[in-house]
Amino acid sequence: MSKTVIVSIKGLSRSFGDVRAVAGVDLDIQEGEFITLLGPSGSGKTTVLRMIAGFEKPDAGTIELAGIDVSQLPPYERDVNTVFQDYALFPHMNVISNIEYGLKVKGVAKQECTTRALEALRQVRLEGYGERKPSQLSGGQRQRVALARALVNRPSVLLLDEPLGALDLKLREQMQIELKQLQREVGITFIFVTHDQEEALTMSDRIAVFNNGKIEQLGTPREIYENPVSAFVSEFVGQTNKLTIAGKNINIRPESISVSQSTGAGNQSLSGVLQDIIFVGAITRYLVHTSSGVVISVNPIGDLNVGDAVMLSWDKEKEFLVH
Amino acid sequence: MTISRNARLLLASLLGVGLAFIYIPLSVVIINSFNASKTFSWPPSHFTTIWWSKALENTGVRQALKWSVFAGLSATAIALVLGTCLAFAVSRYKFFGREVISLLVVLPISLPGVVTGIALNSAFTKQLGMSTGLLTVVIGHATFCIVIVYNNAIARLRRMGTTLQEASMDLGANGITTFRLITLPNLASALFAGGLLAFGLSFDEIVVTTFTAGPGIQTLPIWIYNNLFRPNQAPIVNVVAATLVVLSVIPIYLSQRLSQDSTTGGRF
Repeated sequence: MSKTVIVSIKGLSRSFGDVRAVAGVDLDIQEGEFITLLGPSGSGKTTVLRMIAGFEKPDAGTIELAGIDVSQLPPYERDVNTVFQDYALFPHMNVISNIEYGLKVKGVAKQECTTRALEALRQVRLEGYGERKPSQLSGGQRQRVALARALVNRPSVLLLDEPLGALDLKLREQMQIELKQLQREVGITFIFVTHDQEEALTMSDRIAVFNNGKIEQLGTPREIYENPVSAFVSEFVGQTNKLTIAGKNINIRPESISVSQSTGAGNQSLSGVLQDIIFVGAITRYLVHTSSGVVISVNPIGDLNVGDAVMLSWDKEKEFLVH
Repeated sequence: MTISRNARLLLASLLGVGLAFIYIPLSVVIINSFNASKTFSWPPSHFTTIWWSKALENTGVRQALKWSVFAGLSATAIALVLGTCLAFAVSRYKFFGREVISLLVVLPISLPGVVTGIALNSAFTKQLGMSTGLLTVVIGHATFCIVIVYNNAIARLRRMGTTLQEASMDLGANGITTFRLITLPNLASALFAGGLLAFGLSFDEIVVTTFTAGPGIQTLPIWIYNNLFRPNQAPIVNVVAATLVVLSVIPIYLSQRLSQDSTTGGRF
């Protein structure tokens, strides 16, 4: 990659009492990329984000921002801005004052504050809402204001701490696409924290999967999904069938397996009995009882009914190993 | 919960009796301040405002009112500064003995006033060698006014959480700017409510005042106490008592209204 590194994290650690929340994290983030820190709660992803923002000081390690170690600087001396999980809009200020806040405290002229705030408001498609108080906005609108309030400062890095967590599913999916578009438009590096693997796969250029305070795997969504390096990653990102065939452990995704009454097209096969059919909208899951447990497939061939003797079939290349 | 009709009637009448027991004597005092009869013959035959104008002309009353207002305002001001600082320390920082300090700050409100009064009097006059005067009244009142401000401030700080401050710092504001533009405006209504309540308490306090006021200092409650049994002062005592009721009730009413408003206007 020819792009420059904007954030460089080395040996980052942080403990809370006896708990090692972050246990030696190394991570280089490229300028302009959308990177997601993905992991279950307590995996250390949020603590890493808070250390980049400056709300927590690391016990060990450094955080370089554009080549300068900022790990000991207070939040207000770092060129990063945060979109908080609960938005943290100032309740006593209207929308425009909220957005202008960062510029105002940095001494930007009043005229320019207003121009840039209105521009940011347009960017998040909330023109005309400037005079409202945060309490008069819906969750989705508050989220956009929080985004505008951070982006108006044109930080070199934008930190997003589970910003879509409080929105309902439909709005969340819409915001995922909007966020991604906005990020391309402004060209700012986004560091996005989430526990939602689908969200991570949808939006990210790269994903860092966190577990027990460490990065378990770093890669593009496709790399993470198709070549998970560990059992943890394969189970946390997507669904995995774990099979034992002829004494060998193999892992395979449900969409790589077809299920039919005759032998399928793949070069591997396993017989079983169709135990259940679960309709979940866009896909239908077929649960097949086999000699190595219940296997899930989402690719039926022909008409199948519960209780049928069926054949599972897949290509050997689709299997993956984990440690 | 459902209550039977009879039980409800019984409870309602008990409530009525309880409220009447408190408020009828109080209204008699206020009505008597307009009673033309000097011996307060009941029912009042004529309406008059003569006692009010006499009270206003009475130099003792006017001086007592000034001292009361001064003591109330000063004690409230001290309580606002110290109570807010304490609330910040206890809610934002972890330090050894934090829980103990929190308890020690709140304790004075439950201590018997007579004990606080005697203790302060002895501390001022014997240990510190001060003579009692208006200053000692102010300090005495501040001991319980702090509790009120502290309780209001800490409740608001806890509900506010720390993310608003973090957001402000994240946007480039240092600690002082954050306090001025974010924390204080969100704390203001709680402090105002606490301040009003503290003033109300100080204004009608008599026990601690008795022990901390010097011989020449009379706050309104002390003036009433000293003039209660002088027959020719009785009409004026009624006026002063009525004033005291009104001036203590208004701040408490306002402060309750404010706290109610702010519970619905929390954080987002």
